[in-house]
Amino acid sequence: MNAQVRTEMAPALPPPRRTSGLILWLRQNLFATPTDTVLTIVGALFILWVGPPLVEFLLTKAVWPGGTVEDCRIEAAGACWAYIGARFNFFIYGFYPIAEYWRPNVVFALAALLIVPLAMPKAPYKLINALLFFVVLPVVTVVLLGGGWFGLRPVPTDQWGGLLVTLIISYVAILGSLPLGILLALGRQSNLPVIKTLCTAFIELWRAVPLITVLFMASIMLPLFLPQGTSIDKLLRALVGVTLFASAYMAEVIRGGLQAIPRGQYEAGASLGLGYWQRMGFIVLPQALKHVIPGIVNIFIALFKDTSLVSIVGIFDLLNTIQAGTSDTNWFSPHQAVTGYIFAAIIYWIFCFSMSRYSMFMERRLNTGHKR
Amino acid sequence: MMKTLFTVAMAAGLGLTASSALAQTVTSATLDAIKAKGYVQCGVTGGVPGFSAPDANNVWAGLEVDYCRAVAAAIFNDAEAVRYTPLTSQERFTALSAGEIDILSRTTTWTMSRDTQLGIKFVGTMFYDGQGFMVRAADGITSALDLSGAAICIESGTTTELNAADYFAANSLEFNTVVFVDQDEVVKAYEDGRCDVYTTDSSALAAERSKFADPAAHVILPEIISKEPLGPVVRQGDDGFFNIARWTYFALLEAEELGVSSTNVDEMLASDNPAIKRLLGVEGDFGTPLGLTKDWAYQIIKLVGNYSESYEKHVGPSTAIGLARGLNALWRDGGIQYSPPIR
Repeated sequence: MNAQVRTEMAPALPPPRRTSGLILWLRQNLFATPTDTVLTIVGALFILWVGPPLVEFLLTKAVWPGGTVEDCRIEAAGACWAYIGARFNFFIYGFYPIAEYWRPNVVFALAALLIVPLAMPKAPYKLINALLFFVVLPVVTVVLLGGGWFGLRPVPTDQWGGLLVTLIISYVAILGSLPLGILLALGRQSNLPVIKTLCTAFIELWRAVPLITVLFMASIMLPLFLPQGTSIDKLLRALVGVTLFASAYMAEVIRGGLQAIPRGQYEAGASLGLGYWQRMGFIVLPQALKHVIPGIVNIFIALFKDTSLVSIVGIFDLLNTIQAGTSDTNWFSPHQAVTGYIFAAIIYWIFCFSMSRYSMFMERRLNTGHKR
Repeated sequence: MMKTLFTVAMAAGLGLTASSALAQTVTSATLDAIKAKGYVQCGVTGGVPGFSAPDANNVWAGLEVDYCRAVAAAIFNDAEAVRYTPLTSQERFTALSAGEIDILSRTTTWTMSRDTQLGIKFVGTMFYDGQGFMVRAADGITSALDLSGAAICIESGTTTELNAADYFAANSLEFNTVVFVDQDEVVKAYEDGRCDVYTTDSSALAAERSKFADPAAHVILPEIISKEPLGPVVRQGDDGFFNIARWTYFALLEAEELGVSSTNVDEMLASDNPAIKRLLGVEGDFGTPLGLTKDWAYQIIKLVGNYSESYEKHVGPSTAIGLARGLNALWRDGGIQYSPPIR
């Protein structure tokens, strides 16, 4: 018997060309159905239409730092990055005295040093780190930026500006609105009628007015009610206004999370003999907050962008410094304003995108099987 | 007991008479407050080129900022004793009446209703502005009366629109507008050639023109069709401070008229001209009745300069804004800026 028995495996043939590699990817992702094909072609045409002029404007024909205002004034010139370079300090620090720039710089550095380990789940000393970031940093910031102590020259808040103010408002509003929002949400679910009514009234009041109205009220109406001469710091007024406003929204998002927790969880906690705060702190809130991370981060991102509204009450946040920068006669050129706005958009995007990515990371990390 | 009360009442009465006797010379709650806090709080724009805008060193500068510096120089002998509050046009008057600022120097048009109904006082006219027209030089138009039927880019719902409509109707010209809701859009449309004419206040026209790629390709027509006197404003009811504000403005003009500038003010101290002697406090004392020192105007001129210096530095022909003096020249040079004599 001399049967044909193979002693070794035949080499595997490569898969058909059309089912692997780039072509497969293209077929699956771009040309899967006739609709997809049409959309792909339309999309490609759109990119071809918009892309080259955009690249030309932003990059190839742009005037880079080192260029002069004459370069920017040429008809064919693109974005005037030289102008951003020249006024960069103004966009970051506003009217802060140039000799004192080291003070905001120290604050920026401290904030960065503290937030990085705080954001990394594996970094040690979380409690100390959190205390430093949430309690010590605000105090240091106020002392260092405001001055008046330790021989530091006082710098009133009307000289703070630019990205510095945008970050301060976001920091305060984000840090203030989360705990306030949690308390309000718990209060709204409370069995005590007085607390429940007060919290509900507070939330509904703040949700029912636009942020612009709140800011106008804080900056225009409030001084009329106060006795003449007593003036509360304008930045402080805006900070309080934005924080209270955000906390109302935060409360409703967190209430959504609380409602998702089955009644059994509350009862189980009670049957273990836990008090109200223990029950909330150890059982209900950890689950509820996890459910609503996307909602909370949504509010944070919206809040960060909403800080630009303070420009209408004359506070020089990032957007307002950029608008004021367009009145710089030394850089008068056709694309001065546009370049400024693009710069602002880039900065806002960087911050908002980072927040969104970090929240996705946290969601994955905290995912314990509820995710659908 | 009765006697003690009586003494207290007497003492209080005496105190009252004493303070009211003082008050006869100078009472200004605002001035006292300013002196106590050590600076003048000045309301400015959020950035209008030439009038109030952050300069290359991130410091407020401009014609109207110089006015605030002049007031500070008169009060403190220090032109930098000013803090600035950028205000939007909606909140400017409230900020003033609520006492958040001492002086509003923010391209504010002096109108009767504002002067009489808002509890504020206009100090004078720092800058005579008015609505003008800009056209492309290539079109060869030399007068606004040639604009019949031309497409005019305009911001809707503004007095600019109403002024232009009035002017065209009064001169029987055909009024043809392209309307936008935003000032930036208006400029863009004019630049892109969607209309032939762009109209707004002449100072803004000049500022916008200098942003164009080729400013020389555009002309501002000579006709000014509206009155927009821009001036500093103070709260009503404090005549002492109003006097300081008003005479600071006059001192700037008087200094220009007498040829006293920041560069020659020290030599001028030795001048024989009695008007200069009075202005600089060499002869007579015009400062004390204001609650200031004798050399108040000297300090203004030394630290800030006269009106012409500020004008040339911030909005004059040599700046990017490039506005000729026009109406803002002194009365003897064909303008209408005029200071009553200091005597």
